[in-house]
Amino acid sequence: MKYFRSHILIGINETSLNSGVNAFIQALRQELAKNDLQEEINVLETGPLGFFGKGICLTVYPENTNYENVKIDDLPELVSDHFLKGRPLKRLMLDASGKFDPKFNYEHRIVLRNSGIIDPESIEEYLGTGGYEAWEKALLQMQPMEIVEEVKASGLRGRGGAGFPAGLKWSFTAPLEAEQKYVVVNADEGEPGTFKDRLIMEGDPHQLLEGIMICARAIGATKAWIYIRGEYKLCINRLNLAIKQCHEFGILGTNIFDSGFDLDIEIKVGAGAYVCGEETALIESLEGNRGNPRWKPPFPGIKGLWQCPTVVNNVETLANVPYIIKNGSGEFKKYGTPECTGTKVFTILGDVAHPGLCEIDMGTTLRTIINEYAGGMKKGFKFKAALVGGAAGVILPDKMLDVKMDFASLNQYAAVLGSGAILVMNEHQSIVDMLWSILRFFRHESCGKCSPCRIGTQHLYALISKIRKGEGTIEEVELMLTTAETMQQTSFCALGQSPIMAIRSALENFKDEFIEITKK
Amino acid sequence: MYKEICNKYAPTKDNLIYILHDIQDTHPQHYISEEAVEVVSEYLKVPANHIFGVLTFYSMYSTKPRGTNIIRLCESPPCYIKGSDNILRKLKTMLSVNVGETTKDGAFTLELAACLGVCGNAPVMMVNDDVYGDLTEEKIEEIIGKIRGGN
Repeated sequence: MKYFRSHILIGINETSLNSGVNAFIQALRQELAKNDLQEEINVLETGPLGFFGKGICLTVYPENTNYENVKIDDLPELVSDHFLKGRPLKRLMLDASGKFDPKFNYEHRIVLRNSGIIDPESIEEYLGTGGYEAWEKALLQMQPMEIVEEVKASGLRGRGGAGFPAGLKWSFTAPLEAEQKYVVVNADEGEPGTFKDRLIMEGDPHQLLEGIMICARAIGATKAWIYIRGEYKLCINRLNLAIKQCHEFGILGTNIFDSGFDLDIEIKVGAGAYVCGEETALIESLEGNRGNPRWKPPFPGIKGLWQCPTVVNNVETLANVPYIIKNGSGEFKKYGTPECTGTKVFTILGDVAHPGLCEIDMGTTLRTIINEYAGGMKKGFKFKAALVGGAAGVILPDKMLDVKMDFASLNQYAAVLGSGAILVMNEHQSIVDMLWSILRFFRHESCGKCSPCRIGTQHLYALISKIRKGEGTIEEVELMLTTAETMQQTSFCALGQSPIMAIRSALENFKDEFIEITKK
Repeated sequence: MYKEICNKYAPTKDNLIYILHDIQDTHPQHYISEEAVEVVSEYLKVPANHIFGVLTFYSMYSTKPRGTNIIRLCESPPCYIKGSDNILRKLKTMLSVNVGETTKDGAFTLELAACLGVCGNAPVMMVNDDVYGDLTEEKIEEIIGKIRGGN
């Protein structure tokens, strides 16, 4: 094995690909070779680096220097300054003051521990980090019910939004006698402001596959489907490659590790419908139908895909599983709070200094996330509110900054953790406008199956549009609330039950804005 | 030509979404015609109304002919607060089209999309399979110009 003095990690994602990262890497290698550094400096193409800069972003290890928006023309200066003279090129650094240091972002990582460090397209690198050891343990040393019990003991809750305990979900399906059972992975990430699953899949696709395998073994499924958004081309390519590598290594296929267990994983590409994030709608879509949700019960765990017992889990949920099986539930429970164990991946957007993602303990306060993981507010801006959990989330004002970000704590405030999206707004932004945008989203995404949601989302959008124009009355503001309450009580699935959250939280915390605009 | 696409897939209903993707991607006008629906219906032994139902449910499919390049601008809250409305206005005036319309030369169709999952670089749009982030009005001119030039 070769040893290098420094490693240049280059984040390959949609943005960098668009900035021509492939040509950039070629130019970088040439520039290093020109300076005779190719044996000393390693260039590594990897997944998300943990921060969002513009254009092509680099991290240099071991110094842990972050660069953003690096162009081919900058390379001679960068290579000569940083790698020959050994002083970072301040001009291109993410935060030249050095105040923001995303490295402690890595302290408590489970699902993103390899992301931005290993090459996601190499199974060898995943194996080198201890990858697939949990799969081997689950397959050869553990009985299916032991796996279920271990996941149950870990307290792992679904990371898709609702927070249902994963082990409990598995325990309904595992004991059933059936000719065929399925694992379905919900990778149809559509909650506005959420892209954690994309980053997990882009950064470490094998970890997700390992989680799927363990789940399949636990419930006795021999076939798994990953239902992924059509827009996530890079994820689809990387997952397909990872599945192929697993077959070559005998990690997937028939009679895996001579255990007698067979498993195949296949990818299904969605076609653009937010409602398909609902598990029964997703199953309908997999079967080749419109993505209308089904009546529950029976729950998918009993009768799911093609009426077979099916466990549907979110990407992040399954990506936690290898860690739990390998290290035991006790280790996992060291993270987070007693009620909500483990970590959570958050995506922080809007007017913060450093938008991006972070994986931190459940129960960390919103203030800590914004100040320490996103570098605080953008210069010159003041915090006004944060939309937490996407469109199906809540708008939290500054007095709620110390709320703990976990399922149980947020529930106390009738709020939701949802998918972990945090959209920060500054003091100049209008809550009425924000709510308008949210309700426009719901109007577009209602599937039309049940009347409360189909008509209600239209009605809400009409009301907020009128109010936004300054033509509404205070009675109409109240009408939004009662309409959304009726929808919450009568809608068929979570989509129609969700608009109440944003509306109620907006009115509770920012009523003045609505009063003011109706007086115009 | 539709039959050939169908033949690549097993004739089971769960392949419908795949077949429709394939038909749309290979059609120069990126849409699914009535004729195509009938061929698929025959192949999968699924009623044409079911296929039409599926086709009109998902936002990625079109039943109308579209331009060579399809612009899908995100209008979800994270992009909206970063000014996606200004970008939309710019695109509309630059291309002289409304949402859902195709330019006279058939080069671009302008569409709106829900969250594309690239919110770290909002406002964002996709042109065909490529993502463009951190959009500004100047950047729009550059991108459209480049694609026009490339054609």
